Formats: sequence, structure tokens, C-alpha cells
Amino acid sequence: MKLLVPVKRVVDYNVKVRVRADGSGVETAGVKMSMNPFDEIAVEEAVRLKEKGVASEVVAVSLGVAACGETIRTALAMGADRGILVETDAELQPLAVAKLLRAIAEREKPGLIILGKQAIDDDMNATGQMLAALLGWPQGTFASKVEIAGETIAVTREIDGGLETVSLSLPAIVTTDLRLNEPRYASLPNIMKARKKPIETLTPAALGVDPAPRLALVTVVEPAKRQAGKKVGSVAELVAKLKTEAKVI
Amino acid sequence: MPDRPAPLTIEPAPSPFLTADHLAFRDTMRRFVAREIEPFASTWDEEGGFPRRLYERAADVGLLQLGFPAAYGGVEADPFYGIIAAQELARAGCGGVAASLLSHTIGLPPVALAGSEALKQRVLPAVLAGQRIAALAITEPGCGSDVAAIATTARRDGEDYIVNGSKTFITSGMRADFITVAVRTGGEGRGGISLLLLEAGMPGFSRTELRKMGWWASDTATLHFDAVRVPAANLIGRENDGFRLIMHNFNRERLGMAAGCIGSARLCLEETVNYARMRRTFGRPLIAHQVVRHKLADMAMRIEASQAYLEQLAWQVMQGENPVASICLLKNQATLTLEFCAREAVQSFGGAGYVRGAKVERIYREVRVNAIGGGAEEIMRDLAARQMGW
Repeated sequence: MKLLVPVKRVVDYNVKVRVRADGSGVETAGVKMSMNPFDEIAVEEAVRLKEKGVASEVVAVSLGVAACGETIRTALAMGADRGILVETDAELQPLAVAKLLRAIAEREKPGLIILGKQAIDDDMNATGQMLAALLGWPQGTFASKVEIAGETIAVTREIDGGLETVSLSLPAIVTTDLRLNEPRYASLPNIMKARKKPIETLTPAALGVDPAPRLALVTVVEPAKRQAGKKVGSVAELVAKLKTEAKVI
Repeated sequence: MPDRPAPLTIEPAPSPFLTADHLAFRDTMRRFVAREIEPFASTWDEEGGFPRRLYERAADVGLLQLGFPAAYGGVEADPFYGIIAAQELARAGCGGVAASLLSHTIGLPPVALAGSEALKQRVLPAVLAGQRIAALAITEPGCGSDVAAIATTARRDGEDYIVNGSKTFITSGMRADFITVAVRTGGEGRGGISLLLLEAGMPGFSRTELRKMGWWASDTATLHFDAVRVPAANLIGRENDGFRLIMHNFNRERLGMAAGCIGSARLCLEETVNYARMRRTFGRPLIAHQVVRHKLADMAMRIEASQAYLEQLAWQVMQGENPVASICLLKNQATLTLEFCAREAVQSFGGAGYVRGAKVERIYREVRVNAIGGGAEEIMRDLAARQMGW
């Protein structure tokens, strides 16, 4: 079985993001970029499935600017076999991403697509679900455990009330939650080997997809600064302030 | 409390020598150090050691294999990977961990370079996989930088050597399974020295732990050899050809030490910037005081100059050159930069830099070992001057 793992290039999780002065988004120029951490979990799970002999090939795919090729290299260094880069400078929103991934899925015919439940940049939590709808495949989102047996996959999901296990028939979509696994380090020997693995470059036009945005961004603003605390002299003063200033009681 | 400023990471300037693979390895090392070392550094330093399994973890990311031949489990890589490894390890602010974790990078090159096929097969893969620990033993109670004067003897007896003498200040000395030992097999001077691989458990070989000013997390020992019988098959290279191998080894060691010192100096700067942005004195952040900003600028100036020198020499080594004099000068440049930055960092932290547990406090205690080990500053100056024909 072939596994498809979409990986997104995002601002590194250690970077404190800054909003651009004109409110058009966050500053990415000169900022360290890395693979979306939830996608790292997806790559790790796919590589483990291959190591267990459940999967035969892991294909990493990334969509966006040429530098997304480095994100694919990271996936290759973690153990993916080959990569596909859909190169475009266009701003990509979840629906366009899902359409591009559908086109790739139709070409590659994977038995399973594993991707992060959301990306840490826009936190949309939409691509996996949209892709499932477009392909007409079952979906198991927020996975904390996956088990494949024959033509079905059992996905344990983290939901409000606890854990829920759903059984899906393959092919299917799985989106990963934090506790699914702990991704491995890309070791130096594997970083060097990854350089020799193939990456195919495509364009949205070649896949017959118009990636134009359907949502208009109005503005991006910094969260309000935290105010300095106040010391109160008595319980009565505290209660009064909670009523009049904080307005919480 | 108003929002605290988020801590900054002070990265080295973009380098023309680094490829995407170098940067990917830096990323791996950054995560490895942040997850496997940095959270435990203070505890390990106080406890005087780190768990042996860290060697295997380091092998998982390719750190131990760096620079050794692929045929024996190594990863052949240019010197910039070594610089990245040393400087990312420095981010834990615990030089003792790096010193013991990487003691094989001084213990094993002679084996890889000149050892017999059987010796390489037996020693290299096990150490590079993190299952065995290797160390180098040159210094003796009676001689250090004066390598040609060593007094530990190895007398041939049939198929064995009988080793008598002692070695001291040996990093990984307590835990090492394999130790590359400089011994006298011939006459006086540099022409009578050989390298012999001693192994843990050989009868007559004992060790005493040494307590130190810094590097508490590393095990350092005096080794005693009382008629230790060592198979002649453990001879590394030819008899009486050890001095050349020892000198060859020093270049790599000094480049690595310089990289680590500059990394530690950079961490001192980073820690000081972050502390000075948060700490308030006289009604404003410490960093708003001109006297502190000048300290930071002086630190940055020395660090970036040293880093540029380091990278230029690494490039020369990569071209196959052997710039001995420059590497000596670089090591001094790096240790003096570290000394300056550690001083100014602790000074800026004030009392918070004097209490145990602060990274800058640990680094301050590591200044001298860097300025003495691997060639003391005085020896480096003299060697450099002589190499330049003065």
C-alpha cells in the first residue's frame, strides 16, 4: 500500500511571530521555517507503517514556493521514499490545497493519506476534512492511534468526552493529533541520503487546479498586550474591582 | 506584570560555507540538544555525570559517527558538520557533557588512521554506535604539553607489551572501554613514542576519579598502569611512530574546541541579552543602561570575528591544507573570547550569575579547562610563532 503524506512549510514553532506593520499577515521574510509539527507526526506514522511492513511506499507532498522542497527533504530524511512539490507562489487556502491534493491522490492512488490535523500558522483544521469530502473517502480526524488490518483502519480519536475508535474502509484520510507518536530526528546519515531521493515538481496548472483564494483576509492584528496587575488592600476592594473593573461577578 | 519579552536566539550570521544539508543537521542538533541534554544539564553537572544511554541517543542522530569512515559505521562529512555539532552542543551550557560524549573524537582518529584492520573492526563500529566509550591518554603527572617527554613505558615481551606508568586529566577516563595511550617503546624524545590501545578490565589497569573546577558532568581520571599486559595487536600504527599521529590529532581537537568555545561565548551573549531585557534596575530594563549595552556589543564583536576566523580555517582544512599556526591562534582567539564573554555575562547577571544552576555560572567554571586543555594558551602562542618561522 502506498501512503501519501502532505507536509506544510510553516514558521518554526520556536519563532515568536510578528504581525506585519500593514496588517496583511505575519512577517515571514528572514524567519526560520520548518515542517508543521503535526505533519511531522504524520510522516513519523507513515514511516512506522512502512517499517512494520504495512505500507510499501511513503510519498511526501508539499504545495507552495520552491523552498517547500526543503520541507519535503526533511520528510525524506525522516524516511519517506520520494517527494512531489507542487510549486506556486500563489497564496494557498485549504480548499485549494484540498483540490491540489485530490489531483495528486488521483494520480498516485494511495491507500491512505495521513496529514496533520491543522497547521500551526493559520490553525484552520480544514484540509483533511475537505480532502475527504472531495475524494468521497472516509476520514478519521484527531488520531491518537491507528491500526491497519487488511482493508480497514481503526482510528482512535481524541474527542471531548475521551477516546472514540472508528473503523474506516481504505482508502481513507487520517489527520494526526499530538499524542499519536513522537517524531524521530532526521539523522545526519539520513539527511545525506535524502539528497539522493527524487522530488518531482508539478504546477497547479499541470494538475488542472485553479488555486486562487476564495476567502479575503481583512486584517491581522497582534493580541492585546497584557496589562500590569494591581494589588488590592482588602477582600472588599477585590470584590468591588471584580464587579466594577473586571466585570466578572 | 507586563508581558515579559520572549527570549531571543542569537544565531550565527549566515555563512557562505553552509549548504541545505548543513542547515538540516543544525536543525536536528538543535532539537536533540533541546530535548535530550539541556533540560538535564544542571542536574547532570551537580550529580557529576550523565547516563550512558546518551551515547546511543547521540549515535541515533549521527553525532558520534561524524568524520569517521563509512566502512566502519561512520559518516564522512566536511569540518563544518563538526563545527555545527560542537556549537549546538554548546547551547546546553554544559561543556562537560560534550567533552565526555565526544571523547572518542580524540581517542579514535589514530585507530581509524593507522590501526590494523582487525583493530578497526573491533573498536570503531561499537564506539560509533554508542555501545562503547573511547578516550585518549597523553598527559602524565610529569608531562603535559611536552609530549616528547612522556615516561610511561611499554616493553615488548613476546606477543605482548608490558605497560608501566600513569596518565592524568583523562576525559572519559573513568568510563572508557578503549583508551588510546601514548607510551615509550623506544629511546628518548619524540622518536620513541608509540600509541597502544588499552582496554577496560586488563589486569594491572586501575583508575582514580578527579574532581574539577568545571565540567562536572564529565568523568575525568588518573589512570595507573602496573605491568599491564597488552597484546601487540593493540599497537596503533608502527612502533615509535606515535608522535606524528598525536600531532595530527591535535589539529582536529583544537578546531573542535575552538568551535565549542565560540558556541559557549555566543550562549553567554544570548543569556545576557535575554536576562538584561527582563531584569529591571533603577526603574528600567538592565539592557537600557548604556554600560550593559556596551558589554553586549563587545561580546558580539569578539564572537563574530572568532566565528569568521573559525569558518575560514575550516574551509582551508577542507581544501586539504594543514594550517597549524592558524589553528593554534584560533584556539587562543576562541578561549580568550570565551573568557571575556563568560566574565561579562556573570558580571551582568550579578548575584543571579553567581548562584549555581545558571548556564553562565557553569560556563564561567569551564573557561580554564578550555584555555589549558588541548594545548595551553602559552604553548599555542609559542607553537604558532615557531611555525611561522619566528
